[in-house]
Amino acid sequence: MESNCLLKLDKICKSYYGNQVLKDVCLEIKKGEIHGLVGENGAGKSTLMNILFGMPVIQQTGGYEGDVLLEGNQVCFTCPSEAMGYGIGMVHQEFMLIPGFTVAENIKLNRERTKPNLVSRMLGKKMEIIDVQRNRHEARASLDRLGMSFDEMMPVGGLPVGYMQFIEVAREIDKENTKIVVFDEPTAVLTESEAEQFLDTARKLAADGMGVLFISHRLDEIVSLCDRITVLRDGEVVAVLNKGEASIQRIAELMVGRQINRMATREKTVQAGKPILEIRNLAVDMPGEKVKEFSLDLYEGEILGIGGLAGHGKIGIANGIMGMYPATGSLVKQDKSLPLGDTMRMLQENMAFVSEDRRGVGLLWEESIEHNIIIAAMQSQKKFLKRITPLLTIEDGAMIQEHTLKMIKDLDIRCVGPQQLVKRLSGGNQQKICIARAITLSPDILFVSEPTRGIDIGAKRIVLELLLQLNRDLGVTIVMTSSELAELRSVCDRIAIIYEGRLEGVLPPDAPDLDFGLMMAGEFEHKGADQA
Amino acid sequence: MKNFIDLAYNKIGLPRLIITIFLLVFLIAAAVVDLSIPMLTGSLLVRVGMNAVLVLALIPAIKAGTGLNLALPLGIMCGLVGAVIAIEYKLAGATSFAVALAIAIPLAIIVGYLYGLVLNRIKGQEMIVGTYVGFSVVSGMCIFWLLAPFKNPEMVWAYGGTGLRNTILLHSSFDKILNNFLGFKIGEIEIPTGLLLFFGLLCFLVWLFGKTRTGNAMHVAGSNPRFALSCGINIDQMRILGTVLSTVLACIGILVYCQSYGFLQLYQGPLMMAFPAAAAILIGGASPKKAAISHVIIGTFLFQSLLVVAPPVINVLVEGSFSEVFRGIVSNGVILYALATRWEGGE
Repeated sequence: MESNCLLKLDKICKSYYGNQVLKDVCLEIKKGEIHGLVGENGAGKSTLMNILFGMPVIQQTGGYEGDVLLEGNQVCFTCPSEAMGYGIGMVHQEFMLIPGFTVAENIKLNRERTKPNLVSRMLGKKMEIIDVQRNRHEARASLDRLGMSFDEMMPVGGLPVGYMQFIEVAREIDKENTKIVVFDEPTAVLTESEAEQFLDTARKLAADGMGVLFISHRLDEIVSLCDRITVLRDGEVVAVLNKGEASIQRIAELMVGRQINRMATREKTVQAGKPILEIRNLAVDMPGEKVKEFSLDLYEGEILGIGGLAGHGKIGIANGIMGMYPATGSLVKQDKSLPLGDTMRMLQENMAFVSEDRRGVGLLWEESIEHNIIIAAMQSQKKFLKRITPLLTIEDGAMIQEHTLKMIKDLDIRCVGPQQLVKRLSGGNQQKICIARAITLSPDILFVSEPTRGIDIGAKRIVLELLLQLNRDLGVTIVMTSSELAELRSVCDRIAIIYEGRLEGVLPPDAPDLDFGLMMAGEFEHKGADQA
Repeated sequence: MKNFIDLAYNKIGLPRLIITIFLLVFLIAAAVVDLSIPMLTGSLLVRVGMNAVLVLALIPAIKAGTGLNLALPLGIMCGLVGAVIAIEYKLAGATSFAVALAIAIPLAIIVGYLYGLVLNRIKGQEMIVGTYVGFSVVSGMCIFWLLAPFKNPEMVWAYGGTGLRNTILLHSSFDKILNNFLGFKIGEIEIPTGLLLFFGLLCFLVWLFGKTRTGNAMHVAGSNPRFALSCGINIDQMRILGTVLSTVLACIGILVYCQSYGFLQLYQGPLMMAFPAAAAILIGGASPKKAAISHVIIGTFLFQSLLVVAPPVINVLVEGSFSEVFRGIVSNGVILYALATRWEGGE
């Protein structure tokens, strides 16, 4: 039994700057086993993989605790090529293939079979000639092992996306000593039939005695494919399920079900009255967060949450409405139709936006606090200006300072004064500045994306309280997009879940964990069928 | 103490530090070889004033996010065209200077607008494209200088009778028109009051523009385009505006330069004019992304004082014209250093 164990991760702990992201994580992969690894975004999957592959980021942030045992021997990789040398292969989400090379050349890249010649005998192995025939045959053999019939001499560039995934796999198994293959969301880009074929491939590899670690957000695949499933949540292993015990519902529940320690609490709930904003057929072309079709009514005075997994388009909605990315569809605010893509108009209609990208979009990094806070209102609403001659209007320094000081006091921004550069502030205080900038526009609808990303727990609480306070005291309708479901559930009146660019459903914050889990995995409509 | 030195070093930055040290060394050397300090000071003031506007012309472009405007020759050409037209009609004194400006500025607005359209198509490569736009326009204008139907014998080649001369004297038009305005002497030092006042006025206008809503928008568009977009600012428009302002300031700058110099230099004369200006603002502590008027003043002062003090000192110590070589090393070296390492900018 013990000899059967290929890879064992034992009590892995890892923290980034005092923030613990992995806690006593144990994981074991046996020979010929397909092991599933599931968890929400931020549960610690990528960190775990980074440790396994010896990515430099781990060493740079102080290493990890615990042991990695490969066939019973302790190893500690300091760079990915070392991990590869030990027979751990990785199939990446994004393809690392050279389009102009043939399939065979890509598979054998940097491991080509070569023939010695006169020059190489004098100058060394680098000068040897590539043995095209032998490379071709070996690549063919690897492809055959995967059940792929396409020509190995075709250039990769023209192949359909699905095939590229298989070429990546062929490259891994072509390495002679590969013992473990890690698939990181391999089916995300595949069509249904390709995905099916791909799963067969994984089974075939396992049958050949390799260990397969399979990471996916598609729970149906995990359930049908994996022999054992490890569920991560908040950096801890919450369950290891065997094939028989796993069901989509069970996993979904385990993934989401944390004790929700309410960071901030919401008192009133809003009765659905007249919608303040009607969104119809919104499609947003935001790279990595595409929205395909989204329709929803937003009610005055409510806090609407938008949740979903990364890459499914939740971030795209607010960005599309505010004109940060090209968008189509229709938008009606209080019976007035608004043109999409016109940021100025949206700001003038009292809609404000706190971006998820604080550093890139949200702040002028090199500028003072006061400049950051007032600039949007000055540009779109012509505030903070004074006329000094009939033809010349300039900024009103006194008014700007007064307003900034008020914001610093109201939002409790910790700084040395209105002139301090925002790059010198902590993440939480920077987020407050982003919110202050939005409030300065006196919005009636406020879009907030990932308000607590990258700030510490105390600051999170303050930021959430602040949003609640805005909603309560100023009657601002808030649309909050967040990857942290717990946060949405503690603050929002309704939570819309996005799956693959579409609205999967709207849930009340006290809906069962199971429903949230299923919706995020796109399995909600099958729920009834599965239970029956 | 160590902290203090670190802090001071970070505030000042390496180029400014090196140049300042060089300058001090040369000043001491100047005193040792017994050069006339009042004369040096007077010529320094003149050189700062005559070059500063061209350096100031870089500010709007940096603010609008198009980097160092190495296509300054575009604006310079507009200024020169204004000047030769004013001379062609045999205008004199302040009138000739005003008319030259009145012709040059509208021309610069049009040229700047067109160049701005070009820059919006090649975002991210403004500086390399600008360099070659500058070179091309200088070469292109050589044809114009040769073929344009100017008749004033002061300007056309003395023999053939067609085509403008390489250098045109300004003594009958606006030679020293600003330098001598309210000019006075302190001891042996001549103060070019008008020149410095004129530069001060332009600085004030640029500063004032920075305080307006549009000026703010331009600044934001330059420092963070995504942020600007989220404020509803039209980034392309702001880039065009920055380019137009830069071109206009360049055309004013060359007229200021020429009136002090006493000549117009046509043909290949303006070919390299953008580089000393760029070097000066970089020495002043600016970066291709961030600049302030203080950088213009400090930079022009340091760079020009080095150029005023170094050649006489070097000529005494070494034989041959080493000073040109020296100028090339300093200006190109500083540009190279700034482009390679300092995208952040000082404070």
